[in-house]
Amino acid sequence: MRQSNTNSCRIHDPEQLRELARKVRVSIVRMIHRARSGHPGGSLSCTDILVCLYFSEMRHYPVQPYWPGRDRFVLSKGHAAPALYAVLKHSGYITQRDLDRLRQLSSILQGHPDSRRCPGVEASTGSLGQGLSVAHGMALAIRTLPERPRVYAVLGDGEVQEGQVWEAAMSAAHYRTDNLCAFVDANGLQIDGEVRRIMGVEPLVDKFRSFGWNAIEIDGHDIAAILAALQQARACSGMPTAVVARTVKGKGVPLFENKAKWHGKAPNDEELAHALEALGEPAPGVDE
Amino acid sequence: MTRILSTREEFGRTLVRLGEMSRDVVVLDADLSSSTCTRLFADRFPDRFFNMGISEQDMICTAAGMSLAGKISFACSFAVFVTGRCWEQIRQSVALPGCNVNIVGTHGGITVGQDGASHQALEDIAVMRAIPSMTVIVPADAVETRKAVEAAAWYDGPVYIRLTREKLPVIYPDEKRFRIGAGVQVQEGTDVTLFGIGLMLHQALEAAALLRAEGISARVVDVATVKPLDEELVLRCARETGCVVTAEEHSIIGGLGDAVGEVLLRRHPVPMERIGVRDAFGRSGTPQDLLDYFELTPAAIADAARQALKRKG
Repeated sequence: MRQSNTNSCRIHDPEQLRELARKVRVSIVRMIHRARSGHPGGSLSCTDILVCLYFSEMRHYPVQPYWPGRDRFVLSKGHAAPALYAVLKHSGYITQRDLDRLRQLSSILQGHPDSRRCPGVEASTGSLGQGLSVAHGMALAIRTLPERPRVYAVLGDGEVQEGQVWEAAMSAAHYRTDNLCAFVDANGLQIDGEVRRIMGVEPLVDKFRSFGWNAIEIDGHDIAAILAALQQARACSGMPTAVVARTVKGKGVPLFENKAKWHGKAPNDEELAHALEALGEPAPGVDE
Repeated sequence: MTRILSTREEFGRTLVRLGEMSRDVVVLDADLSSSTCTRLFADRFPDRFFNMGISEQDMICTAAGMSLAGKISFACSFAVFVTGRCWEQIRQSVALPGCNVNIVGTHGGITVGQDGASHQALEDIAVMRAIPSMTVIVPADAVETRKAVEAAAWYDGPVYIRLTREKLPVIYPDEKRFRIGAGVQVQEGTDVTLFGIGLMLHQALEAAALLRAEGISARVVDVATVKPLDEELVLRCARETGCVVTAEEHSIIGGLGDAVGEVLLRRHPVPMERIGVRDAFGRSGTPQDLLDYFELTPAAIADAARQALKRKG
């Protein structure tokens, strides 16, 4: 049995997690608006996954970010950094002041995650296709620790076009790295358009299964389904788990939803107001 | 009697010793463990050895992940693959986060021999030097290899070590001290300085003997750490001997010659000649045939020294 003596406030109530996800989405659109650049689409699509990981699943201790027995998270799709920064802020690793300085010179919040600058960021990412290998290396290195720490990664579905992802899929299955769990944030869009038109990646579940993974397909915005998948991943021994999470790019803001152009574009004042209204945030409120 | 020893085997033996010293030492290879001699570590510590198969990109990032989790990792393959196939992985996942990953490329340079151009790394030093914070070391014998590998293990940050396929004469005593970033004057001389690395340090020593017969006093300096370069030593040699020659089993673009040239140009320009492969791919042949063909010989170094001396006036 794994000990759970770390983050005291692990939440299992889907309703509370949904409210947290709403707050995280508000932080995301606000910080990108303030920075005048960033990637809202892919940040909003993986928000529910990150919220379930950081507030329900992972054992971590924000006041002691380098505790060796902690579970770890690697954002392989590094351009979704605003989602990571928002959950780090709501977990207590960093502050609102940090979010306000996103992408500025000398900010700890670089355009893509930088583990040397920001507490809670476990790996430097941004160049796609590398995070699964890094997460696998971590998982191999810590799998014999008494706390049995686990490592989680989130990849994009466009990202799996990188061949290295499948090298890592091969090696994690070969080493039976069952403390590794990878999510594919399958929002169906990449910069140039629809994934299936640019370079088809399906069938993803079959691909991971054929590589020797425990593969699960879920609705990536269904909190209960995410929690169930995480439980199934934890129970699975002898192989790593891939969760193919079907998501909506820009989820939560109808103006952004399913539009490739919102991959890497900051909202203007008017679009921010629309986004906050859609997220049920009283405008022009002050972010907490 | 000069001993001739394989630097690769010494590397493998050093890994085993490091493995005995620390449980945190882990080794990764990409299906070349017999050639890189990481097999020695694998046999001794099978649970800390990871053969990643023929996938250098995955290997480098896996090593980075292990390092981020507190391990001292060594990622090894042939020099051409372990620097070229995964250059951007080294940049993004190793150097940017400052991981303690030690990248060891064996079979560097032209003397890989018969396998030909595809397997002869002539650009590895250049591409590794270009990455911020990367340390680049090219040891010249088995003793220096041992010391460099030990230093790299305890050094906090990414290091690239380049070894050769060929065995090399041992020129250093076992008690030699090695410090990352420090060059070593191997032979005194007053007329010209010959800077060498790896196998070419031995060619430089032979060149110095040829020059001595003509009454030219050549200083020979081992600049094993190509980055960070021992700038003060390079400058002192330039000031004291007035002209220099660099010798490397590598392209003349971006390697030792450029590193030395950058310093001299900025701080103390003197006549300089570079010995290296002149913007070309390698080819098949015996190591000796190739050294002759590409003019990486003591005679070529001596010629270059005469040219530099002539320009010194």
